Amino acid sequence: MKEMWTNFWSGIRGLFGKRRAEQELDEELRDYLSKSSEEKMRAGMTREEAMRKARIEMGGVEVVKEKVRSVNWETHVETLWSDLRFGARLLRFNKVFAGAAILSLALGIGANTAIFQLLDAVRLRTLPVKNPQEIARIAIDQRHDASGDFTSRYSDLTYSMWVDILAQQRAFSSIFAWSPTQFNIAPSGEVQNVQGMWVSGQFFETLGVEAALGRVLSPADDTPGCASPGAVISYSFWQLEFGGERGVIGRTLTLDRQPFEIIGVTPASFHGVEVGRYFDVAIPLCSEPILTGEDSMLKNRSGWWLASMGRLKQGWNIERATAQLRAISAGIFEDTLPTDYNPEQKKKFLQYKLGAFSAGSGVSVLRSDYEQPLWLLLALAGAVLLIASANLANLLLARASAREKEMGMRMAVGASRWRLVRQLLAESLLLAGLGAVLGALLAHDLSRVLVASLSTKSEPLFVDLGMDWRVLGFTTALAALTCLLFGLAPALRATSVAPIEVLKEGARGTTGSRARFGMRRILVVSQIALSLALLVGALLFTRSLSKLASVDTGFRQTGILATDLDFSTLKLSDARRVSFAEELLERVRAIRGVDGAAIAEVVPLSGNGIGHDILMGVSSPPKTENPVAAFNIVSPGFFETMQTPIIAGRDFDQHDVAGSPLVAIVNETFARTIAKTGNPIGAMFRVRRLGTIIGTYEIVGLVKDTKYIDLRESPWGIVYTPTAQDAHPDTDAQILIRSNMPLAGLISDVKSVANAASPEMDVSFTVFHQMIEEGLLRDRLMARLSGFFGVLAVLLAVIGLYGVISYMVARRKSEIGIRMSLGADRASIIGLVLREALALLAIGLGIGLALAVAASSAAASLLFGLKAYDPATLGMAVAILAGIALAASYVPALRASRLDPVEALRHE
Amino acid sequence: MTDTSATLVQGTLDMLILKTLAPEPLHGWGISQRIQQLSRGVFEVNPGSLFPAFRRLERAGLLECEWRTSENNRRAKYYSLTRAGRQKLRSETKEWERQVAAIARILQTAS
Repeated sequence: MKEMWTNFWSGIRGLFGKRRAEQELDEELRDYLSKSSEEKMRAGMTREEAMRKARIEMGGVEVVKEKVRSVNWETHVETLWSDLRFGARLLRFNKVFAGAAILSLALGIGANTAIFQLLDAVRLRTLPVKNPQEIARIAIDQRHDASGDFTSRYSDLTYSMWVDILAQQRAFSSIFAWSPTQFNIAPSGEVQNVQGMWVSGQFFETLGVEAALGRVLSPADDTPGCASPGAVISYSFWQLEFGGERGVIGRTLTLDRQPFEIIGVTPASFHGVEVGRYFDVAIPLCSEPILTGEDSMLKNRSGWWLASMGRLKQGWNIERATAQLRAISAGIFEDTLPTDYNPEQKKKFLQYKLGAFSAGSGVSVLRSDYEQPLWLLLALAGAVLLIASANLANLLLARASAREKEMGMRMAVGASRWRLVRQLLAESLLLAGLGAVLGALLAHDLSRVLVASLSTKSEPLFVDLGMDWRVLGFTTALAALTCLLFGLAPALRATSVAPIEVLKEGARGTTGSRARFGMRRILVVSQIALSLALLVGALLFTRSLSKLASVDTGFRQTGILATDLDFSTLKLSDARRVSFAEELLERVRAIRGVDGAAIAEVVPLSGNGIGHDILMGVSSPPKTENPVAAFNIVSPGFFETMQTPIIAGRDFDQHDVAGSPLVAIVNETFARTIAKTGNPIGAMFRVRRLGTIIGTYEIVGLVKDTKYIDLRESPWGIVYTPTAQDAHPDTDAQILIRSNMPLAGLISDVKSVANAASPEMDVSFTVFHQMIEEGLLRDRLMARLSGFFGVLAVLLAVIGLYGVISYMVARRKSEIGIRMSLGADRASIIGLVLREALALLAIGLGIGLALAVAASSAAASLLFGLKAYDPATLGMAVAILAGIALAASYVPALRASRLDPVEALRHE
Repeated sequence: MTDTSATLVQGTLDMLILKTLAPEPLHGWGISQRIQQLSRGVFEVNPGSLFPAFRRLERAGLLECEWRTSENNRRAKYYSLTRAGRQKLRSETKEWERQVAAIARILQTAS
């Protein structure tokens, strides 16, 4: 070990003072020679003989010097450096080649790095908190089919559960609960939403996050019934909204029309515990009733809205924590059992068991939605890089044949083959290195563009893209790998020559060797195979997207504006709410240019939904498993506004009011699967919410099936009930407006209508078809990117094929000349060349098909309406690639047929 | 002319050089002659192996060198053992003797 250290330092010293070391070595060897010759002269030889013999015995002063020099490790560093400089000079003389090579490498490496950067941020990185490996999530293990209200992205626990867990857990040194939400910071008028978090008092201290300015929330701030709570804002929100001025502490922020005092700012690196999201404002759990009033989640025993995490105690691990949590589970669930559950739900609830789950890298809906597509995209980008490298390898192989004389000469004067290979590899390293540096810079922008294309106003994405060691290592490894891929084979080939062969005057070189051509054939076949697989992927995703986008939703998508008029500040009674909402609806309908408007509790495809158990008939007792239907509460005119056909019966009308018999309209799937009849008009059913029957309804209308939550869903049975008969009317009216008017004008008209009704209302707008399109973002991303990669791959592969066929024609010029002079006509020459191309194509396509079928099964879950091995798509891809490839091969074939036989034969 | 340059013998060459330098410092030619003498002509190591070996041992801190005037009044580079070099010689000798004894045992019994 010590020897290695001394060796290292001697090397460093050796980098300086090289000249003196060289002189000393020279002197030492000459002294050796003179002593050796003196010895031989003493033995009787003449001076000349003695000196000659001494020289021969030494074997060449320069050779010995070289051997001594190679003992120094720093020599290798120096030779690498001079190899790189030599390579740079060579590239300067071949600017076009160098430019094309570096550019294609930069694009390939850049694309791969950008995707990996995203993957790293979403999957691999840990939270920027103290000791993230100690952080674990507390949730119910395998909770399926839970019942109640789910209002958050992470609806793991109810409030009463959290309180009990806080009191009884022993596995964590501290735990916290949190829930992501949005707050309206506009004091009046149009809603301005920011990203918010409800957090319990222990949130910041458990994570070890300290304030950048002011202070963060502490357990003392989160006492039940808190009257004037403080708010903590994020660094980015502080910069954006307050310009980063230090006087922000103590200022008031209105959240949903309630005042909060800003008490602190979090550090710039902290964005919450959710990967892919950020937060602007965090307020304590105890302040939730201030904003939600009677609908507070704190007293809702079946309200699932909290997620909990904690820091494990010293020496505790996940398994031990899970065991402790399981032990206290029975007691907690008995204590927090929702009173309104039905018996089956109660039984299921009491069997729940809590568990601890590793959470060092935070939680993320982004991760679960995008992890698989990202890995897939990385594979696609990697394949494109492989194809580009193969092209580069082919190019270098061509250049290698041109440099054979040079290599032969150098080996003849004593260079070892290994030394020459090292120098050629250094040139490739230079290309790969420059390509990687450029690619890394490109990736910086590409990854940001990628995230921006996925972020929408309603679901803003934030990914902390940084260059950490993993990304750097990935880029470096990619550069080294591509360098080897495209550099090694040509380097080995160029130096596998017998010097005597290439130094012969007029030598044709060994370019005619079959072995070298075989390597290029293999390269092009693999290029074709890979590009076919990529093309299949691109076609699959594009067709899947178009199928998804053209799915029949059952209602009109364009020209619909959804507006939410929130009048909770007016504090109206239940009865008054219904009539106020109806007044608003009438005023909106009266706006010039509005073709139809209606109120709906659930805006279709918004991601929200209501579901209840259905009991057909009026008296049959509930079974253990009752069918569940989706629900919507709508005003008369809803189906006409959304242009959903009423197949039988009638729409709601002015007779369906509170107090008159409860009516409902159902869709075809409900009739078929729940009512089990072709004509359900007049049938009766009861609705059970949790444990209570909330009404008995008569079916008065049948409508066409429509999509409810998601475009990909299989049909739900849907029940529509009238707003006038809603037992618990909301304090807001969601109105869907159909109009051909320009959007800006319509929005301002609606705002004035709202203002006229009451200036205290919050108004927000959603363009309906935009909302639907945002739901297709992931599919659109996959289609676009895979399409881009597919096209690129086909282009590169076809270029490669063209190159190889041209090369083959050049190689066989004399053969073609002989054939032509013996009488072969043009057509047969073209056929000769095309047969060669066809052979390569066939093998490539065969391998590619196998690859495509194997690989696309990985993507099966992302496709809609298509199986992974869809024969039509496979056939299309084969046809496209074969067509382009044959067309590309036709050009050199034509050229071959136009050869002048005399010319061809002369050019041996 | 025997020129053995396999890695196995490289270790042995190093040991021989260390041994020849144990009594007194020598220059390159002197080391080559001494090895030839002591081995009664069995080993004739040529400069192509010797000088790289010197450099290697120097780099590892087992040898140090000094320029002195030699017998023929020319400047010559004299090598001598460092303390680490002496320790290495001792341990290598012990190891070598152990291996030789083991081989000898095997050769004796397997007949």
